[in-house]
Amino acid sequence: MNLNLRGALAIFTNELMRAFRTAFGSIIAPVLTTSLYFIVFGAAIGGEIEEIDGISYGAFIVPGLLMLTLLSESTSNASFGIYMPRFTGAIYELLSAPVGVAETLIGFVGAAAVKSLILAAIILATATLFVDYTIVHPFYAIGFIMLVAAAFSLFGFILGIWADGFEKLQIVPLLVLTPLTFLGGTFYSIEMLGDPWRTVAMFNPIVYLVNGLRWTFTGASDFPIGLSLGMTFAFLAGCVLVIAVIFRTGWRLRE
Amino acid sequence: MDATRLQKRCKQPFEAPVSDPILDIRGLSKTYKGGTTALAGVDLTIRKGEIFALLGPNGAGKTTLIGAVCGLVRPSGGSIHAFGLDATRHWRDVRRRIGLVPQELTFDMFAQVERSVAYSRGMFGLPPSRERIEEVLRSLSLLDKRKAKIRELSGGMKRRVMIAKALAHDPELLFLDEPTAGVDVELRRDMWRQIDALRARGVTIILTTHYIEEAEEMADRVGVIDKGRILLVDDKAAIMARLGRTEARIALTQPLAEPPPSLGAFPLTLEEEGHVLVYRGGDGTGQGKRDIAELAQALTRLGIAFTRLDTRESSLEDIFVDLVESPPSTGTGTGA
Ligand SMILES: Nc1ncnc2c1ncn2[C@@H]1O[C@H](COP(=O)(O)OP(=O)(O)OP(=O)(O)O)[C@@H](O)[C@H]1O
Ligand SMILES: [Mg+2]
Repeated sequence: MNLNLRGALAIFTNELMRAFRTAFGSIIAPVLTTSLYFIVFGAAIGGEIEEIDGISYGAFIVPGLLMLTLLSESTSNASFGIYMPRFTGAIYELLSAPVGVAETLIGFVGAAAVKSLILAAIILATATLFVDYTIVHPFYAIGFIMLVAAAFSLFGFILGIWADGFEKLQIVPLLVLTPLTFLGGTFYSIEMLGDPWRTVAMFNPIVYLVNGLRWTFTGASDFPIGLSLGMTFAFLAGCVLVIAVIFRTGWRLRE
Repeated sequence: MDATRLQKRCKQPFEAPVSDPILDIRGLSKTYKGGTTALAGVDLTIRKGEIFALLGPNGAGKTTLIGAVCGLVRPSGGSIHAFGLDATRHWRDVRRRIGLVPQELTFDMFAQVERSVAYSRGMFGLPPSRERIEEVLRSLSLLDKRKAKIRELSGGMKRRVMIAKALAHDPELLFLDEPTAGVDVELRRDMWRQIDALRARGVTIILTTHYIEEAEEMADRVGVIDKGRILLVDDKAAIMARLGRTEARIALTQPLAEPPPSLGAFPLTLEEEGHVLVYRGGDGTGQGKRDIAELAQALTRLGIAFTRLDTRESSLEDIFVDLVESPPSTGTGTGA
């Protein structure tokens, strides 16, 4: 296969440039939101809450908040990236270009993932202003953040192809992703839940993501890290499969 | 139009076999999900280096046909070969060499002109080239707008940006879907000049249009499509020769009961109670005009006085309207 790497690079840079054009929306807003969480949960309420696993509550919620932003930003970046050209009709260019699944994914999903990583760095820097935290396994942390950013950018890409209106684009992050993340142990340890809620929580896939990231930060987790990694990989593989089928059948892309 | 070009074209035999087609479409059909059949078995061969005009009313299937070649529409049946390659199997190689200017103005309105054009070039796999982008923008009189945001441009300029984007990767085959829709007369002529310049560089061009004038002015060959079927494909000059007519209306001083028998060789009729002698004939190559000159002399010799003589050539437009209203029953339907 003769991959059109220049094409992939063109899409990638174009997508990043588009993000910088709207830097306020894609970077400032999530930073502001996260800061608010830190102020309210970390500083105001957190001061009243005892340590969890020997970590201050403020430090405990850092990975959870990071995951919250990663999931919603990766998803919405990638979904808007592909939905907008579909909406305006500018997608004709992509469809008529010598660009296949691989180039499209490198371009759109790669750019969305990179944006998420930049955002993660900014959020972690912001967090140091509010709480003292350490990262016990920094390399695992970077790897895990990249994996999650890639997986949810792929998910967002599927969402952007599936959506046939702006509401649908927002409904999934709003009605599925955010609740699952809030219930997924962003602000508490699953251990703190009594049964039956603890068992119910085990069916929430986001629990494993939040716990995986928390393990890389604190070294403590409700589940083994292997399970978290496995779940994330499985999700990523599932998304890639769905996208491959979408391209093969031209679903929602080609008439 | 340049006279030698026209001459060369007139000498071309009708339905000349194509030795080296750049595009070969066979039995192409498309039925959309809703059940609309937009293409019903289209056969069409495009020659290298020509300008081909696809004429047809709204909904005829022009955009669908272009979409099928460019990868926007999945055909329901048939085959497409471009540059001698199967367009489905070798889609990368084929698409790399095709440019498309769609009918609608669609792009990221917030992007900068220059960047948008460079993006198109990159997407088609070419290395960045400042010079080439500048050249394309200059040829479309957009150079002074290169830093502008696309949404700040006028409609005509936006259309030219679309063309610049399609030319950024130096395609060998260019599709222009109604390139001059909503463009004023001056700009339209400007665009014709640019299309001519592209042809001079060896680019094969397929354009769709509603303006017959445009096809008449620009095209080497014309195809007429309606309801997803190609009704006719031929050299423009040949179509004019085959279907073109000259009409002369001669206002007589004294009404006649019937056309003079000695002029039986001319296709004549009488209208308006014998006050107007009407000639309808010729073949679009000037035969009609010669006939009329002879006819006028003959009338003078016969002592039949007349006060006015109006002549009119039928245009492609008349031919087109005739064709769409009553398609030819003879087998001229399939391409060259
Ligand atoms: N995406 C689509 N889904 C369903 N039907 C479609 C679609 N696109 C076009 N059609 C139908 O297919 C037929 C051909 O449309 P097409 O756009 O190819 O015509 P056209 O010759 O380009 O017309 P125009 O001169 O108005 O641009 C029309 O009946 C149209 O309604
Ligand atoms: Mg059309």
